[in-house]
Amino acid sequence: MKSAKELDEIAAKLRKNSYTPKERMAIPLQEMPVQAPEVRIHNMDEVALGFSENQAIVEASRCLGCKNHPCVEGCPVRIDIPGFVSHVASGDMKGAYSVISQSSLLPAICGRVCPQENQCQKFCTVGKMHKDIEQSVGIGRLERYVADAMSAQGYEIIPEVAAATGKKVAVVGSGPASIAAAADLRKAGHEVFMFEALHKGGGVLVYGIPEFRLPKKIVASEIGKLEKMGVHIQTNFLVGRTMTLDALMKEEGFDAVFVGSGAGLPKLLGVPGENLVGVFSANEYLTRSNLMHSYDPDHALTPAIKSEKVAVFGGGNVAMDAARTALRLGASEVTIVYRRSENELPARHEEVGHAKEEGVHFLFLHAPVEVQGDDKGRVTGVVLQTCVLGEPDASGRRSPVPVEGSEKFYQFDTVIAAIGNGSNPLIKMTTPQIETNRRGNFIVNEETLETSIPGVFAGGDIVLGAATVILAMGQGRQAAKAMNEYLSGK
Amino acid sequence: MNRIVKKEQWSPEVFSMDIECPLVARQHKAGQFIILQLGGDFNERIPLTVADKDVEKGTITIVFQTVGATTHLLARKNVGDDIPNILGPLGHPTDIEKFGKVVCVGGGIGVAPLYPIAQAMKAAGNDVKIIIGARTKNLVIMEDKMRSIDPDLTIVTDDGSYGRKALVTVPLKEFCENWHPDEAVAIGPPVMMKFCALTTQPFGVKTVVSLNTIMIDGTGMCGGCRVSIGGQTKFVCVDGPEFDGHQVDWNNMLSRLGTFKPQEAEEHHRCHLDLGIPEGKA
Ligand SMILES: Cc1cc2nc3c(=O)[nH]c(=O)nc-3n(C[C@H](O)[C@H](O)[C@H](O)COP(=O)(O)OP(=O)(O)OC[C@H]3O[C@@H](n4cnc5c(N)ncnc54)[C@H](O)[C@@H]3O)c2cc1C
Ligand code: FES
Repeated sequence: MKSAKELDEIAAKLRKNSYTPKERMAIPLQEMPVQAPEVRIHNMDEVALGFSENQAIVEASRCLGCKNHPCVEGCPVRIDIPGFVSHVASGDMKGAYSVISQSSLLPAICGRVCPQENQCQKFCTVGKMHKDIEQSVGIGRLERYVADAMSAQGYEIIPEVAAATGKKVAVVGSGPASIAAAADLRKAGHEVFMFEALHKGGGVLVYGIPEFRLPKKIVASEIGKLEKMGVHIQTNFLVGRTMTLDALMKEEGFDAVFVGSGAGLPKLLGVPGENLVGVFSANEYLTRSNLMHSYDPDHALTPAIKSEKVAVFGGGNVAMDAARTALRLGASEVTIVYRRSENELPARHEEVGHAKEEGVHFLFLHAPVEVQGDDKGRVTGVVLQTCVLGEPDASGRRSPVPVEGSEKFYQFDTVIAAIGNGSNPLIKMTTPQIETNRRGNFIVNEETLETSIPGVFAGGDIVLGAATVILAMGQGRQAAKAMNEYLSGK
Repeated sequence: MNRIVKKEQWSPEVFSMDIECPLVARQHKAGQFIILQLGGDFNERIPLTVADKDVEKGTITIVFQTVGATTHLLARKNVGDDIPNILGPLGHPTDIEKFGKVVCVGGGIGVAPLYPIAQAMKAAGNDVKIIIGARTKNLVIMEDKMRSIDPDLTIVTDDGSYGRKALVTVPLKEFCENWHPDEAVAIGPPVMMKFCALTTQPFGVKTVVSLNTIMIDGTGMCGGCRVSIGGQTKFVCVDGPEFDGHQVDWNNMLSRLGTFKPQEAEEHHRCHLDLGIPEGKA
């Protein structure tokens, strides 16, 4: 990393815009400042500390502003990336923010949690020219910088709300899909009621993704923005139980409903012993820590799980989050057990890197056969089987094939299943006429995201299966657009 | 929201509260429960069964025993106070049908959630016999209400200070032998429900139990409430709370309930000091 003085010089020159493309290619990539691993495993604070202004300007100046801007194609919501990056390069953060805001409602969040290496940064020309995707412009980091800089200055755009239409809309859930839908529906002048089952809004952003990756005050401020726009947020309301979808429409007079109920049904290990004491779903493990704050035992009434040797099954973001949370809760040894090899890990690269730096062990090509326990029903360990990679499966990844006779016992006192989430069956259970696929995902019109029930739209994980924040947000907006059209014709 | 409109103390440890909660009152059916959280970032979410409701007044009645930090804090709330978070009604309602003869067994605080079920069973045309049990006389609750359903109400106490000195399983077995019930419903401490199920099993009397596992969300999201029913994993908050007692893996359920016992012993010591809650209560 360059010294502050050197950065000043580069930045000053950049402001004059006096670099040639060749010189730009030589501008060093800006590393994200982070808390040192040995420090951060003892706290819940955010790991990545964010760019300084100069770093942001320097990083932004690595962008060549290439004509075909392939990065935009890689962005699920098509942010005008070269547009906002050039504002950052010239030090105009407000300008950058307003460009991003045209496409994304949650830059502070997406800048932190998007899998950029599979999206915008995957296609970045700078990365291609360096023949190293790690050398792509740090678009996510810049996005985050812009959002953070704006909120640090107390600058907040509360979107304008159009004149009241007299239409009443329900939004089920409060995750990114619902936040986006609620904002766009409210902007159009409808009265919007958001119904969330938990006592706090934000969906996975509050109960799943840990503080050290996504500070909860950021999520709270997004929910706060909705309130300032006049969205009514009703927590402790489980659609299907507190009131059915049908009743909302027929008795309460909602003109349309958006369902963003997420993928909240944890998959368990599916092997003998999955219910022993000490076996948790990642959802439970993370919810205790994040939503219920059990990482702060001096204050929280919800007990945290105390462990020595932890096994986390899975290879996605959820597994990384659970493993890194376990370290912070005091586990002495944490191992991620994944059926495939390192190449197939679906987690964001950055999270895998952070987990390794923090001392999380990885055991690739192993799958659980049985969880074993003692006479009190508590976990003592897991029998694992080794796997080899076979033919690619439907997801395009090579599927693991267990090797007979390779079973071996490994000692653990805590086992966490982070092998995916199905869709929560509650709405389907109480509104059977809604059409779902085999996996319980709502079937929707691809363009309008309308479900089989007229006036009921859906988006996010309940439609896509466990996906990403940005896709959920994108679908929320897509559905809101169709709903606004639907409502104007009503 | 959720204002306490009535509070009664039934014994040193047992309280009843009527809470304004119109949406829950309107939807609630016998057998369903709520999740309650006392606000802020640090309070836990606990499940409580709804013992009664008044749709017109928009109130629900909860009956609770001060066993953990939250129930102790709740007991300190008074009429006029609000309870920040109540979610419900959760779970499936009890399957109420005309079965014929139904014996209802309630232990300790479990008598409260049993009441609306016994009432509904009676209203459905069943012949209903009720057994209620408690450790000792001043923990016997809802005697009059229960007697209004079954005038021959059987009361037992562990120490014989009131009614018969027996465990609930003794009169339950007698009913199975002499009265031949078509169905049994047992609600109370897990160990009591386990032994009720063991008692009725040889007689082939289907026995419904209401499981009160550890819960967090109550919506099926965390799986913390899961139990093994006939070899299959079920979530109590969504698939239950009532299950066939003969299918429940009781040993697993009891050990899961004790998940946090070792650390709770230590932590509740601290929490008592903080909350000023008397030692040994939580
Ligand atoms: C631990 C973890 C880490 C992740 N990390 C990343 C990451 O780094 N990057 C990324 O892009 N994605 C990540 N994801 C995925 C991402 O969080 C989800 O794709 C996204 O949150 C889905 O948004 P959503 O709005 O569809 O639903 P959710 O965020 O799941 O929100 C749904 C909400 O609806 C509520 N609800 C459900 N049913 C009802 C009902 N019947 N009535 C009322 N309310 C209801 C739920 O309580 C919940 O609050 C992660 C997920 C997890 C679990
Ligand atoms: S309490 Fe979380 S799934 Fe039942």
